[in-house]
Amino acid sequence: MGFTLSNQQQLLSKIATGTGDSENTPYFDGWKAFDSDPYHPTTNPQGVIQMGLAENQLSFDLIQEWVLKNPEASICTAQGAKEFKDTAIFQDYHGLPEFRNAVANFMGKVRGNRVTFNPDRIVMSGGATGANEMIAFCLADPGEAFLVPVPYYPAFDRDLRWRTGVQLLPVACESSNNFKITRAALEDAYEKAQKANIRVKGLLITNPSNPLGTILDRETLKSLVTFINEKNIHLVCDEIYAATVFTQPRFISIAEILEEEDVVCNRDLVHIVYSLSKDMGFPGFRVGIVYSYNDAVVNCARKMSSFGLVSTQTQRLIASMLSDNEFVDRFIVESAKRLEARHTRLTEGLEEQGTTCLKSNGGLFVWMDLHKHLKEQTFEAEMALWRTIIYEVKLNVSPGVSFHCPQPGWFRVCFANMDDQTMDVALERIRNFVLQDKEAAVVAMKKKKNCWQSKKLSLSFNNYRRFDEVNMSPHSPIPQSPLVRVT
Amino acid sequence: MCMLSTKATCNSHGQDSSYFLGWQEYEKNPFHEVSNTNGIIQMGLAENQLCFDILKSWLAKNPDAAGFQRNGESIFGELALFQDYHGIPEFKKALAEFMSEIRGNKVSFDPSHLVLTAGATSANETLMFCLAEPGEAFLLPTPYYPGFDRDLKWRTGVEIVPIHCTSSNGFQVTETALTEAYQEAQKRNLRVKGVLVTNPSNPLGTTMTRNELNMLVNFVEDKGIHLVSDEIYSGTAFSTPSFVSVMEILKERKCVDDYGCSELWNRVHVVYSLSKDLGLPGFRVGAIYSNDDRVVSAATKMSSFGLISSQTQYLLAAMLSDKKLTKNYISENHKRLRQRQKKLVSGLQKAGISCLKGNAGLFCWVDMRHLLRSNTFEAEMELWKKIVYEVRLNISPGSSCHCTEPGWFRVCFANMSEDTLDLALQRLKAFVTEYYNIPEVIGHHQTIRLNHSRRRSLTKWVFRLSFDDRSPIPGR
Repeated sequence: MGFTLSNQQQLLSKIATGTGDSENTPYFDGWKAFDSDPYHPTTNPQGVIQMGLAENQLSFDLIQEWVLKNPEASICTAQGAKEFKDTAIFQDYHGLPEFRNAVANFMGKVRGNRVTFNPDRIVMSGGATGANEMIAFCLADPGEAFLVPVPYYPAFDRDLRWRTGVQLLPVACESSNNFKITRAALEDAYEKAQKANIRVKGLLITNPSNPLGTILDRETLKSLVTFINEKNIHLVCDEIYAATVFTQPRFISIAEILEEEDVVCNRDLVHIVYSLSKDMGFPGFRVGIVYSYNDAVVNCARKMSSFGLVSTQTQRLIASMLSDNEFVDRFIVESAKRLEARHTRLTEGLEEQGTTCLKSNGGLFVWMDLHKHLKEQTFEAEMALWRTIIYEVKLNVSPGVSFHCPQPGWFRVCFANMDDQTMDVALERIRNFVLQDKEAAVVAMKKKKNCWQSKKLSLSFNNYRRFDEVNMSPHSPIPQSPLVRVT
Repeated sequence: MCMLSTKATCNSHGQDSSYFLGWQEYEKNPFHEVSNTNGIIQMGLAENQLCFDILKSWLAKNPDAAGFQRNGESIFGELALFQDYHGIPEFKKALAEFMSEIRGNKVSFDPSHLVLTAGATSANETLMFCLAEPGEAFLLPTPYYPGFDRDLKWRTGVEIVPIHCTSSNGFQVTETALTEAYQEAQKRNLRVKGVLVTNPSNPLGTTMTRNELNMLVNFVEDKGIHLVSDEIYSGTAFSTPSFVSVMEILKERKCVDDYGCSELWNRVHVVYSLSKDLGLPGFRVGAIYSNDDRVVSAATKMSSFGLISSQTQYLLAAMLSDKKLTKNYISENHKRLRQRQKKLVSGLQKAGISCLKGNAGLFCWVDMRHLLRSNTFEAEMELWKKIVYEVRLNISPGSSCHCTEPGWFRVCFANMSEDTLDLALQRLKAFVTEYYNIPEVIGHHQTIRLNHSRRRSLTKWVFRLSFDDRSPIPGR
């Protein structure tokens, strides 16, 4: 036998042994910190509060109530059992027709019935995670690229690139104009790709935006459509947060833009990614959707969906729930109301302390501006501040650098994954930190004190998660730098 | 028209094969016991519909499991939010124990080495992504499940090189065939990363012998490559010889403790699913079991692209944790499959058709070589078309399974009622009698005398393909 180490390494594929799964970023590090010391109001009141997880937990009571009233929606209750066999054996990748109809219906309602969706264009996938990977496989070959406006959801780096070999090229958006996507920036990114001999196959946008929580205005959407048509590239719109828009201006879907009279667009270029993970709060059910206006893409995606179909047990539940129009209408309104209340609670609480956020009206988070608290306007300083927030303030928030934000000092703070009391605790902690920081800034001006802080993370490997070693962010090449401790 | 990816525009999804075309024809004219008694009977779908009554009765007695409740309390929110790719611990534990129980508890599975995937379809693809680069190859014994052409190759870029098995020894894998396949790969400049077998076999309906397994293990040990054992049919081994898992073979070799073969231990991976044993293909429950931590780690992350719905995990955790249910189910499942297979085999014999002697699976590997006009795949296709369109039975031609000998067909028996099976057998017998003038035969072949006028009509007959993509996804 006699294997050398290199032989051993070659036994697995490059993608299995490489780092393309991108789990060594602060986005995930914060999770790890939370997992090792999770907040609980009674058993661990000093623990880390999770504000890095964009979940929507505000409206489960409405759904629970519906589930109880509709036992036949579950194939495993007495009322639904007669459907058990047919549901259990149904593995057609077209999906249950009632499921597709219900999802199309829901997508239309979320957009105020200003557009309708054709159930035959709905393709299932393993969550939006699966949908984004699938669309990349359909539209691009290894080495080809998608343009993505920054800041963007960190896991795109994994979802769109890892197994597909596709590249992501940033489109620069600046905080100075609220991260607007400008035509100039698009052209610039495109040109850069041309110069580097990289073939651009499409533009990926998330609207409403993660992490900004903002929506794209009509003008911007139209300019994107013009751009992609001119370049003859695809437009993939991830509208996963569509129903989380809680106040004016209202959400405008790309589907609406396509219907406008003055818009000229090759529909074969437009694709929507959707999911129930955020709007309904069902990430566990893995309901991802690819909706394409391109027949060939629908065909191809449908075949690929074999690798991530939605469990028919879940399809049935969703079909039943989302075709209950009375329930859906009520849910959409109530959910938005609760999101708005929570958003206000957080932003007003932050404002009181002099902390501002990007003005937003959607999403499950705010884009908080802490650049005033940075020792210097660098990403190293941002990481230092982030570590302070995680380990001392005990809040898991997500640093802007992990979203490829071009300017340091921004943090994404989630607000919909906890109850009001926990939110108040979080605000209190932020209040204390801000006060201390203000005082400390004064002191520090007089006397600087360097202190080596060796933050040794001892992760408790509980039953549920195992992680590789905690790494520094790839954006911060300096290994274990001394923290400047504010006294 | 803007360019799509090469993957989107090629046809290595393999869906143009006859395996799927038969399905399409079935879809256009599906048999129904009441409303369409002349329709095509589906015998190309390896589903297990024999034991739903057992599951339904369990569900009726266990309302919590499906009603998102635990001890009467709603845990809907908890489930709806649960997206940890490590899976619900209770479910993995129950699944690991179930896998062990199927193997007569001769081996045990560590839940922390189990990776949950959306069906075996996803499990197989994920393993390829983990074990091979684009352009590298896996060796597969023929005949094999047609879906592998899509699952293993399409998006991964991995190649399949066949290990040719023949009826001379019941399609068992021989050392010669293995070596030849390996050499063939080398000739084609393909680096072989492993061997993938399905055990029990689809489409053969047989379990691999200890000899075969040991020979395979020796081979991969010698070559320093992987062995993937797709054991999706492990719970359908209904008669002797009993099913032997590759994990048992490794255990016998003491590969756990012995440093000498611990590397081999890390290169053997098992794929499983509940689609066949429990008859739940719609729920998309698959798993990869690997002893290699790196494979488990990489595959777990990849499972993000196809996790099992938490709703389903919860239901099945409850079901599989009920040992009374699993014990009863496993034995009853065997009994009913055995009876059903016997019925098919004897019905075929009455039509002068024999099968490979099978002891597992949801199908028989049927020998219709004597009904071929000539020993060619063209003749096999002609016969197949006749069976689909005139006899109105959708069965799967061996060529779609990459069989090297024409004349073999896979015929499923567990996806229909007994009456429907009777009807199918009647139709087949009538067909054979009419076309081949075979008197009623029990137990052995007769020489065939083709009715001459029928032979002419066979050659004149035209097959119209209408490929309109209405087909459901393929099961096995």
